[in-house]
Amino acid sequence: MANRSGEQRVIVIGGGLAGLSATARLVEQGLKVDLFSLVPVKRSHSVCAQGGINACNEIARQQGFSEWMHMDETLYGGDFLADQPPVYEMTHWAPKIIDLLDRMGVPFNRTSEGYRDLRLFGGSLFRRTHFSGATTGQQLLYALDEQVRRAEVDGNVTKYEFWEMLWPALEGEGDGRRCVGIVAQDMRTMQIRAFPAEAVVIATGGCGLIFGRSTNSVMCNGAAAARCYKAGAWYANGEFIQVHPTAIPGADKCRLMSESARGEGGRLWVPRQPGDTRDPRQIPEGERLYFLEEKYPKYGNLVPRDIASREIFDICVNQNMGIGGERMVYLDLTHKSREELDRKLKGILEIYEKFAGQDPREVPMKIFPAVHYSMGGLWTTYTREVREPDPIMDRDCGVDEVVGMKLGAPNTMMTNIAGLFALGEVSFAYHGATRLGANALLSCIFDGLFAGIGIKNYVAENTDRPAHSVNNTVFDDLIKREEQKMQRLIKTAQKGAGNPETNPYQIGREMGREMEGAATVVKFAGGLNPALEKIRELRERWSRVQLTDSGMWTNQNLSYTRALGDMLALAEVIVLGGVKREESRGSHYRTDFLKRDDARFLKTTVAEYEPETCSANIFYREVDAPMVKPRERSYGKSGDAKPAPEKEKQTAGAT
Amino acid sequence: MTTTQDQSSTNSGAASSEAAEKRTVRFRIQRCLGPNKPAHWEAFDVPILAGEGANVISCLQYIARRPITADGKETDPVVWDSGCLEEVCGACTMIVNGQVRQSCSCLIDNEAPNDGDVISLQPMSKFPVVRDLWVDRQRMFHNLKRAHAWTPIDGLHDRGAGPQETAKNQETRYIFSTCMTCGCCLEACPQFLLVDEPAKWDESFVGANTIGQVRLFNLHPTAKEEAGERLEVLMGPGGVSDCGNAQNCVKVCPKEIPLTEGIAAMGRATTVKAVKQFFTGE
Ligand SMILES: Cc1cc2nc3c(=O)[nH]c(=O)nc-3n(C[C@H](O)[C@H](O)[C@H](O)COP(=O)(O)OP(=O)(O)OC[C@H]3O[C@@H](n4cnc5c(N)ncnc54)[C@H](O)[C@@H]3O)c2cc1C
Ligand code: SF4
Ligand code: SF4
Ligand code: FES
Repeated sequence: MANRSGEQRVIVIGGGLAGLSATARLVEQGLKVDLFSLVPVKRSHSVCAQGGINACNEIARQQGFSEWMHMDETLYGGDFLADQPPVYEMTHWAPKIIDLLDRMGVPFNRTSEGYRDLRLFGGSLFRRTHFSGATTGQQLLYALDEQVRRAEVDGNVTKYEFWEMLWPALEGEGDGRRCVGIVAQDMRTMQIRAFPAEAVVIATGGCGLIFGRSTNSVMCNGAAAARCYKAGAWYANGEFIQVHPTAIPGADKCRLMSESARGEGGRLWVPRQPGDTRDPRQIPEGERLYFLEEKYPKYGNLVPRDIASREIFDICVNQNMGIGGERMVYLDLTHKSREELDRKLKGILEIYEKFAGQDPREVPMKIFPAVHYSMGGLWTTYTREVREPDPIMDRDCGVDEVVGMKLGAPNTMMTNIAGLFALGEVSFAYHGATRLGANALLSCIFDGLFAGIGIKNYVAENTDRPAHSVNNTVFDDLIKREEQKMQRLIKTAQKGAGNPETNPYQIGREMGREMEGAATVVKFAGGLNPALEKIRELRERWSRVQLTDSGMWTNQNLSYTRALGDMLALAEVIVLGGVKREESRGSHYRTDFLKRDDARFLKTTVAEYEPETCSANIFYREVDAPMVKPRERSYGKSGDAKPAPEKEKQTAGAT
Repeated sequence: MTTTQDQSSTNSGAASSEAAEKRTVRFRIQRCLGPNKPAHWEAFDVPILAGEGANVISCLQYIARRPITADGKETDPVVWDSGCLEEVCGACTMIVNGQVRQSCSCLIDNEAPNDGDVISLQPMSKFPVVRDLWVDRQRMFHNLKRAHAWTPIDGLHDRGAGPQETAKNQETRYIFSTCMTCGCCLEACPQFLLVDEPAKWDESFVGANTIGQVRLFNLHPTAKEEAGERLEVLMGPGGVSDCGNAQNCVKVCPKEIPLTEGIAAMGRATTVKAVKQFFTGE
């Protein structure tokens, strides 16, 4: 049964940076919030971010930087695929957001005089990255978590932690269709309940789990986004997945290894003899293949991030020369003195030591590229606002008018379903075809703070048809459907390992492997099409899936299996978008279409779910680019006369 | 954790020469189907490849795929809590071979280097068990409410930068601010006991991490405004005087937070406040 009171409530799903900043803003706007999360919000994935958060600041400004330039870098980095007004607004709000976080008590690093310290990110010309020790994401998340806890004590927020969002509740048809709440399940008691709300915010983060091991946390499975997509929300630019070149492959996940290891002289190599199992220290110089140094004599190990990822991938996947036949190469620092390494890289070497159990000062590190961030996500919209350029923030912009987003517009960051909003990594906005390092934290917090005001106005506009007046059957039918889904799965349960064909974890592993191989660093029709086939096979196997736990208490087995079914739908979107985008742009690199093709593909990919065929229908929308003309994103191509590593690092920079 | 680091540096030489060697590690897991259900033990054998970076979580994932005990019995999959898998969210805390710690950063090559080695896993004992290795740490978040663990800002509108702060103050605050609410310090503390009933939490010992949070916020120029309220809590039942100074907490904190220093500082601050109140009669 649905929970019914006359009060105006908004549901926020996700307690990462995006969800918490939205919650804080909505409460400030006088609304009550029901906050849902798979984990206590303080443990959300946002804690993992280490590097920092970008914003123009007074020092950089005095050196010639501006909000406009921050926007330009973001668009250029994203290969011009991002709609420009949201990027304009985000970069122009950035300095104010840092100030606000500062007031909340985030322990930003300080200069000796007591000002906020700034980091030069990966060779950027301007110090525009703010940081808090080596745990910036954790510190920002905690600051917002504290503000939301304060609101909770005041009775304005009700938390539903260890609750899983199962489905958005929609009513009406065509233009009248709108989101009026959700159905969710308590992951302990397994109770399924409906929660009506005037508006629903999805802030559920990335979908790294679809690729098996990634740098993401275990709850970043994309299932919530997939459920909205299956319910009719558009999913945009799914094919754009950022891969980090140097991660530490673990048995359970991949942990980041900062690129500064290469910057400080790290050399990448594999044994010349494939499958050589000798201790790396016993392999003589002559029997090592320093593949980057050999292929790129000019830049050697310092080739840009995307090239490094592709070459490592090529060596392991196509040439089968990974260490011991595995998908790994050496990142070797052992030729450097211990003292020097400790002075320059202590922090990151300790991470390696902690999780790989070996001392990288003595033994070469083993690394492999890993899926890191999804630029794609639920499609969202906004209202444009044309203004005069600001003499300071838009200095030297060279245009007569700028276009930002209208603050408070009720459709701000709304999906194609009225009343359903998407914020943070789960939305497709801001980052285009690749994300600039240290821009994600900014986009998540900005999203919540900015859109929160529009959402309040959306609620105000719809007071004449409150959620508690919605026909009961909308919620009752959904609860029934989710209960049937659950019962179907529970009934399959059989103890033991069962048949690998129908073991959910086995299906999940095969999906991860296929997706990692076909839809990440290097793509081509000959790899993508078989991946589509494989996904179909896995979906068919999933329809016969067998659980191992039939319990009606804390059944993680059920939760995973149900999510897996939804992840497979998103996997299809990601691969199909990749097949159809016959060009190379940003993170999307097609060996059979090497060039960017603006005429055909300077467009947003949109996937719409077709319930009849249970598959995606892909169409394209124009990119809103009123300010900056797309120019060639030239940096980093091998053989270029002009070394571009400086510039490349600037975009790829952090994590 | 310091112990991990020590072991890893002594092990690193040996590990690579035995690279790719297969062995079996036996997991003894304390199981429990739900609150107030009896606990029992089950054993599982997990094949390990030296040098592949296996940790406790990856072994639990193996058991989830194949929930069959060492003596061949088909059983329910083991339930546990995890998140980041890089020791920064605090979710996966449990008792590994008698020691409370994060299981995601517990490497099998260090903890069980030989064939046939045993690793025992138990849920933390100071919190109610939800199921198997998953415990309910709501009380820790509740204690953060008790302690006013926030900065009382005016609102989210733009009002310029926050207060200037010395690098030294930032460094002191930063380390306390890395507390990931994992509960290791509470598990190890002889004064912090299991309290099932939420109604009793407000009189029960707040524990080292919360005292650390009071220290954190009382050091911030704006958050200081509520320093009095926070100290009041520490002076009341379950406050800082409950600490027996056993110093266990600081030894197990994975983030090496100087908890006893924080407790001492807050002890002094509450004394000063008490003396002041005595003389002013406030
Ligand atoms: C290792 C690493 C390092 C990074 N470093 C940086 C950096 O230095 N700078 C930078 O700018 N960016 C960085 N990023 C990217 C950045 O951290 C993320 O993009 C960002 O934190 C995402 O925040 P979010 O609020 O969108 O979602 P998340 O923090 O992922 O939160 C998602 C929330 O949704 C909840 N949820 C999910 N599904 C459901 C469901 N079905 N029901 C209920 N709740 C649900 C979860 O419980 C969680 O609370 C890094 C990422 C990684 C992986
Ligand atoms: S010093 Fe105090 S808080 Fe720490 S373990 Fe001992 S009694 Fe507990
Ligand atoms: S103080 Fe340390 S041990 Fe205690 S909860 Fe925080 S991080 Fe964990
Ligand atoms: S899973 Fe986050 S600390 Fe282990």
